[in-house]
Amino acid sequence: MAFNKEKFIKYILTVFALSSLFFLFLIFAFILIEGLPLFLKVGFKNIIFGFKWAPTKGSFGIFPMIVSSFLVTFGALIVGGPLGLSCAVYLAEYSGKRMKMLLKPALELLAGIPSVVYGFLGVIYIVPLVRNYLGGSGFSLISTSVILGVMILPTIISISFDAIMSVPRTYREGSLAMGATKWQTIYKVVIPSARSGIMAGFILGMGRAIGETMAVIMIAGNALKIPTSLLDPLRTLTGNIALELAYATGDHRLGLFSTGVVLLVIIMALNYIANFGIKKKRLK
Amino acid sequence: MNGTKIRLLILLLIFGLFCLSCGRGGAGAGKDQHTVTIAGSTSVMPFTEKLAEYFMLENPDYIVEVQGGGSTAGVQACMNYTVDIGMSSRHLKDNEKALTDVTICNDGIAIVVNPGNPLDTLTIEQIRGIFNGRIKNWKDLGWIDREIDAVSREEGSGTRGSFEDLIMNKLEIDDGIMVQDSNGSVKEVIATDPYAIGYISLGLLDGRVKGLAVNGVSPTMENIKSGDYEIVRPFLYLTNGEPDECARTFIDFVLSMEGQTILQKEGLIDIL
Amino acid sequence: MRIKPGITDKMARIGFNSMAFFTVGILVVIISIICIKGVSHVNLEFIFTSPEDMGRHGGIFPSIMGTVLLALLSIVFATPLGLGTAIFLTEYTKESTFTKIIRFGVESLAGIPSIIYGLFGFIFFVIKLGMGWSLLSGVLTMTIMILPTIIRTSEEAIKAVPRNLRIVSYSLGATRWETVTKIVLTAATPGILTGIMLSVGRVVGETAAVIFTMGSSLRLPTSLMDSGRTMAVHFYILAREGISMEKAYATALILVLSITIINILAYYIMNKVVSKYS
Repeated sequence: MAFNKEKFIKYILTVFALSSLFFLFLIFAFILIEGLPLFLKVGFKNIIFGFKWAPTKGSFGIFPMIVSSFLVTFGALIVGGPLGLSCAVYLAEYSGKRMKMLLKPALELLAGIPSVVYGFLGVIYIVPLVRNYLGGSGFSLISTSVILGVMILPTIISISFDAIMSVPRTYREGSLAMGATKWQTIYKVVIPSARSGIMAGFILGMGRAIGETMAVIMIAGNALKIPTSLLDPLRTLTGNIALELAYATGDHRLGLFSTGVVLLVIIMALNYIANFGIKKKRLK
Repeated sequence: MNGTKIRLLILLLIFGLFCLSCGRGGAGAGKDQHTVTIAGSTSVMPFTEKLAEYFMLENPDYIVEVQGGGSTAGVQACMNYTVDIGMSSRHLKDNEKALTDVTICNDGIAIVVNPGNPLDTLTIEQIRGIFNGRIKNWKDLGWIDREIDAVSREEGSGTRGSFEDLIMNKLEIDDGIMVQDSNGSVKEVIATDPYAIGYISLGLLDGRVKGLAVNGVSPTMENIKSGDYEIVRPFLYLTNGEPDECARTFIDFVLSMEGQTILQKEGLIDIL
Repeated sequence: MRIKPGITDKMARIGFNSMAFFTVGILVVIISIICIKGVSHVNLEFIFTSPEDMGRHGGIFPSIMGTVLLALLSIVFATPLGLGTAIFLTEYTKESTFTKIIRFGVESLAGIPSIIYGLFGFIFFVIKLGMGWSLLSGVLTMTIMILPTIIRTSEEAIKAVPRNLRIVSYSLGATRWETVTKIVLTAATPGILTGIMLSVGRVVGETAAVIFTMGSSLRLPTSLMDSGRTMAVHFYILAREGISMEKAYATALILVLSITIINILAYYIMNKVVSKYS
């Protein structure tokens, strides 16, 4: 009797464990079911490499949005990357135990602030700043990059921090014993050893930036053209979905799901690289 | 042994609750109170909410639920019976004519700029030029040498549809033009950016933005009623077939003297 | 000319210090702006009354309740599923291709951005299953979204329970399930709670996925099929439509404050666990 019960429990738990796979499948299935038909109808090339987005008139090109999504993501990395990495180095190498106890939760809080709040503060403070001192409307590539750069800080910091902490103590001791300064040790020994983990942090940060929606539609200006300067407005893949989903019907809605398919593929690729590609390399 | 059984029971209970709540979903309609669900155009939504507030004060046994979504979504929701009443801020397209529409009022579309902008009037050609991307600098319109920050609405918006019909005359809105997804957010951009221009529902015009005269005619209620200001579109309530009694009661209220007065106070053009 | 190593070392130290404090500075600035601008508009009346005139006047009570309902119900659904998965992964199976596939599923779910959850919830729950914009659609979407967080934190909490506790339990003749529920879960409870708190924080701050599944009706949802508005969505609409900046800041203050408290609690609980076992 007891044996059977254990079996029953194991059976139930297996079902539970399969639920996440099932949900993943469901999400993929429904995004693909809605998104793929249009690829077949309009043509893969006309969507991915099409320049014109006029879904009510039969054009579904999202190439400018793909480019814009990557542009803001790299912008965010330029802003958040060095800052995040230095923070991680500071936390791991310079800060005392007390400081660490104080700083780590503070950074967790940064991650907890909702994206709408970032977007709001961006509109109120960053956008006018850009408009008044740099020109343009302020709803621009640069404003979006700054806000996204701050938003991805927690991801970059926590993963880089873990990577730096996992560099064996002996590496540092060896380097210091040979007369290298702390900076030389960090620069020449610690960071290179933690390189793959830091890379993973950056790539996950990219994933976060490319998937961010609400803050982006508030600050980016959402123009359909590929931005030609830092001060131009732009529309990302996520922004396209969020702006138009509520309104869309028929092919227009399918077009938004096609946008979703492209976004999903990009995100999955980034996550795969960060979680599996890089981790495997690290194990070697 | 007993403890485990209880725990298992709780687990099953939660699971059951899960299933139950799913099942309840389908049949959760039978209530004492009358509920009217309305969805659609974000331009009509604020006014409908206002009307609903007054309506519910007078008819406490009614609940009016108002959602946004956009004109096209309103039409769609109405077609598949998701809502009792759909809201649209543009005329129905040919393939949507199966729905019954009631014009509840008319609304002007105002071309708006920041109050700091010295310009007071533009011609239709100039407006068309700005949104078509041919006119890019305020210099060309007789102001300072500064780029124009034009703001449009997204595809599918009733306001954009009407703007395209009434102003653009088959010309495309340029890809470089910024896009916001509601009247309110367009207004926010215009109110904060001194060099911006956009178009919003006349009912939302207030001191924070300045409405421009078009071809010399200012967007006022008199000018619209007299037919001089021509950028006008209807606000429609849509029903699939004849409205049921609850929806009928609400629509009658909106079309009554009282409802129309409320709309008029909000800056819309009554149909009395 | 080469700069002396000692000087670069000092410069690096100063550099890292200032970068770290700059980052913390950002946090301090964000929170102080919201506190300073919001605090004068927050009072009991704001918390306990309904909004009037689309939120231009009145309070935010329905959206607070909407947030609480959404978060609580999502937790009720996600916790058994997530905890069950974690127990399965740690206690009921060995590392194998099967667990790798499940872990892959969890990792992938965790990486999916909220707008995709919104798209999915919209097409699946709202349209295909005909639930409409409703609390239920929102809850089910959020359940899937927070599942990975609950699984990961529970798994870590369970793994942190020392091996000997289990060995003792088994040697006393307890079955696997008894060991799991009476020994392991009891010891891992704080860690599991941390995961739950973090998930609540995520639901409270979420906008994109909520607005397309739960809708944005201003009324207090009275049944699972009613649409409702969370604080984050209400704040988004207030700020974006320029309805009222005062109310927007006040809503932001309550929103950020509640998330901060939730996260600090989560962190506090986690720290207790860490110090207990290390």
